[in-house]
Amino acid sequence: MTPVRNVVIIGSGPAGLTAAIYSARANLAPLVLEGEPSSTSDQPGGQLMLTTDVENYPGFEDGIMGPELMASFRSQAARFGAELVAEKASKIDFSSRPFGIWVGDPDGAEPTYRASAVIVSTGARSIMLGLEAENRLMGRGLSTCATCDGFFHQGSSIAVVGGGDSALEEALFLTKFAESVTVIHRRDELRASKIMQERAFKNEKIAFRWDTVVDDLVGDGALEGARLRNVKTGETSLLEVTGMFIAIGHRPNTDLFRGILDMDDAGYLVTRPDSSYTNIDGVFAAGDVQDHTYRQAVTAAGSGCMAAIDAERWLEAQGDAPPDVAETPTNW
Amino acid sequence: MPTFTLSDANFDEEIGSATEPVIVDFWAEWCGPCKKIGPILEQLAEDHAGKVRVAKLNVDENPETGRRFQVMSIPTLVVFQDGQPKARVVGAKSKSDLEAELAEFL
Repeated sequence: MTPVRNVVIIGSGPAGLTAAIYSARANLAPLVLEGEPSSTSDQPGGQLMLTTDVENYPGFEDGIMGPELMASFRSQAARFGAELVAEKASKIDFSSRPFGIWVGDPDGAEPTYRASAVIVSTGARSIMLGLEAENRLMGRGLSTCATCDGFFHQGSSIAVVGGGDSALEEALFLTKFAESVTVIHRRDELRASKIMQERAFKNEKIAFRWDTVVDDLVGDGALEGARLRNVKTGETSLLEVTGMFIAIGHRPNTDLFRGILDMDDAGYLVTRPDSSYTNIDGVFAAGDVQDHTYRQAVTAAGSGCMAAIDAERWLEAQGDAPPDVAETPTNW
Repeated sequence: MPTFTLSDANFDEEIGSATEPVIVDFWAEWCGPCKKIGPILEQLAEDHAGKVRVAKLNVDENPETGRRFQVMSIPTLVVFQDGQPKARVVGAKSKSDLEAELAEFL
């Protein structure tokens, strides 16, 4: 029989790793399933692994690179004894306690891990355009990671699709390399913060195509252009670009929990007001997987802290916590 | 270190004289996903020693080779056999996914 852990944390973005720091400091010896390497935001470290400068995380007055910030979160969790494994949950059983979590073959008879409490912080992943050409051109001009691939577009004309902070941050970053960056946005105003908008409007290399969507991508071996359509006038055009970066939003990583944990219409987990409690006792949720409103690294970290505290108190109430946790008030 | 390092200067000589297939990892310091697959490639090189070799090529310091093989996204893995590129994997992957995609060389 697989030994029972106090807490298993699924996901390793700001929410999961903050939950790991707090629950490790509460002597709960948490196990973090970090996820598997990928070039999407569904990877160890989460969405910040694909971002450049993070300028709004408090405590870093000059900003910090996303991957660097996440490496630091991770070391901090490890320092207090959190165990981190680069594995991805393939199935969960929350129907009875202790809960079961599978890694690898979901048909295995025994779960890979058992846990008294589970914190779900699987985050969200970027939405793609949904075009057939995307698979063919991914990594051949089409990219989900400006930090990784901006370098390959020195002196070229490229495009960024999207109108939020991520889109503008990528556009601004890409002006370091590209000759021109066209931001393609389906509406006539941006959702991005005012400071990012001002910077983008001021940048001479950045042009905007408003009310515009991408209908198709052109190019066989490598991206050559995009067929655009103005949603108001219906007018179509071809934009010649050799690079395109997609930042049109996110979708929560909740497929694993469908039919098990309560979620809203968009698939975000629903937590009880002012807490991280889900509809299943002993299962807590933190970060972007349950937040479609704020979606910031700092709010994710904050809710990861809430989940760790909720889990610790819940374990205490069950009498499941290690004795030194149950007897002494934790020094948070 | 089970892997070895390639540069613009030694690429042709090393790849041309290799007797086993060589998986070349095009990477750079500023690429988050590249760092995550680094340890996986070390492990892969160790597990499949004798069948395949794994080499690292830093595209930041060696831009020429990346351009020659049309690398436009990192991490990109290109497998060279008999001096020729035979397969390509774009993007970070788990160890099992990589082994599945590169099965014919392992």
